[in-house]
Amino acid sequence: MSDWLYSDKVKGHFMSPKNILLDEKSFKEDGKGVIGNIKCGDEMIVYIKVDRKKGVLTDVKWKTFGCASAIASTSILSEMAKGKTLDAAYNITSKDIARELGGLPDHKIHCSVLGDKALRAAIDDYYTRNGMFDKVRKEQAHVICQCLGITDHEIEDAVLEGARTYLDIQEKTKAGTVCGKCKEKTLKLLEEYTEKHFKKV
Amino acid sequence: MKSAKRKVYLDHNATTPLHPEVQKTMRLAMKNFGNPSSLHAFGRAARTKVEGARETIAEFIGASPEEIVFVGSGSEANNTVFNLLSCASRCGGTAFCKVTPEIITTRIEHPCVLETAACLEEKGIIVKYLDVDKDGKVDPGKLESMIGEKTVLVSVMTANNEIGTIQDVAAIAAICRRKNCLFHSDAVQAVGKIPLDVRRIPFDYLSFSAHKIYGPKGVGALYVRKGAPFCSFIHGGHQEKGRRAGTENTLGIIGFGRAVELRAIEMADEARRLLGLKERLKAGIVKNIPDIIFNGHPTDALSGTVNVSFGGAEGEAILLYLDLQGIAVSTGSACASGSLDPSHVLIACGMPAPQAHGSIRISMGRDTTKDDIDYVVRQLTEVIRRVRSISAVTNTGVEK
Repeated sequence: MSDWLYSDKVKGHFMSPKNILLDEKSFKEDGKGVIGNIKCGDEMIVYIKVDRKKGVLTDVKWKTFGCASAIASTSILSEMAKGKTLDAAYNITSKDIARELGGLPDHKIHCSVLGDKALRAAIDDYYTRNGMFDKVRKEQAHVICQCLGITDHEIEDAVLEGARTYLDIQEKTKAGTVCGKCKEKTLKLLEEYTEKHFKKV
Repeated sequence: MKSAKRKVYLDHNATTPLHPEVQKTMRLAMKNFGNPSSLHAFGRAARTKVEGARETIAEFIGASPEEIVFVGSGSEANNTVFNLLSCASRCGGTAFCKVTPEIITTRIEHPCVLETAACLEEKGIIVKYLDVDKDGKVDPGKLESMIGEKTVLVSVMTANNEIGTIQDVAAIAAICRRKNCLFHSDAVQAVGKIPLDVRRIPFDYLSFSAHKIYGPKGVGALYVRKGAPFCSFIHGGHQEKGRRAGTENTLGIIGFGRAVELRAIEMADEARRLLGLKERLKAGIVKNIPDIIFNGHPTDALSGTVNVSFGGAEGEAILLYLDLQGIAVSTGSACASGSLDPSHVLIACGMPAPQAHGSIRISMGRDTTKDDIDYVVRQLTEVIRRVRSISAVTNTGVEK
């Protein structure tokens, strides 16, 4: 057990983060993804360069207004993604990142999803800039709670922020607090997202 | 970035190191294992020590010894006072026997007050929350207009743990007296740092703690003015004149007494010295780091507490980079809290969330030196430069 707050791997990346974009002006990115909201404390920007012929990421740079976990997880993600095909990079999950970092505490998982979300947004941005609209995979949010217009994305965010029961979801999102017809669907999503982000590997 | 060997502890509002003299006293006191409730010589020896500590502490705040109840922590002291309102027997007296009593407190209290108040609300007691201004100050006039017929208790902390702002408790106590309601103050950050005398300020209840003033952890005290309503929070034996059951933490209480004794000697000089260091620290930050805001009241504040927000820099990252340089501070950032909300105190002062996320509290104490402050300014300058170079935003929340 390390005497530091997080794993030694996190500490290493926090102390010497890789691939930070320091000189924005001279960096000509092929795609850029911005994720997060300063209001909740996080903001992440990922910049990519792409070898168009091979469809491979040649460079992944980033900046963040975020905590140690956000810094470390994006640093390691940038290393994981570089050299991968766009499809392979797109499929990197927060779980892959957490595993690579030697684990993150549950309440820090939400910090680590910012990087991979921003990377996917950057790849979609690359496709959009190049007119490859059929390749854009940007997931559309689906309304689950019809009464209040709460989407599956909001439910996923609630799970990332620590919701583990139907009541937690209701408290955080207000989903299902009017007619209650969406309870079944919400419960299924709760199970799915908990499995996706928190099931130990 | 490399880790440093040097250690600089600047989190005295979280807890303080044991004063060397307190350590000495406590080491000697370890042989007093007797139960103070026992009638034999072992018990009597422990009892004498406990009562000696009680007298020292009472004298320090101008109370009489029987007005001091030893408890397990500042949190327990605060819980005990709030529990008076939901105690079914309401044995203490008339004040709490009104129908649906009301309490008034502030939005910047410690969680042990706010969570207890929220718990009372669930039991049907009405709690009103006083707003504070941008410096964290309560307006006594506003408080006066909030006090109604049903108001039985007003609870306003003397000094805030995060921003150091000191309230005008004398004016507030006078208002409560005039309006015939009881006044409690959480003075955990105040007793032993600023002079407080219950003969001059008519507190009805005052909570404080040993480990914030170079005493041991696990022991606090509640001052209960003679005649003020009281119900015990922990039931059982007759300890503390039936006001707090459980065998006394004799070792802790003896250490507490010694710590307070030393405060009486050191407090005034230390406060002056810390004020000088605070000016030095603030000047150093202003000179070396752009885009900063100091939080808390500029003058009515604890002399050892500096709370500062750095635009575009996230607090947990600042804290952990400073930690790698051996410097211990605290932050109001959500990322360090385990929840997703930034400091409720800074938000109550009207601060935008990004500014709260970028806040750092530096709290100095009796061991802090000029040299420490200069080291901190140097390291902080470097750390902020570093965090900002990574940052995706400026303090305005606008992309660079």
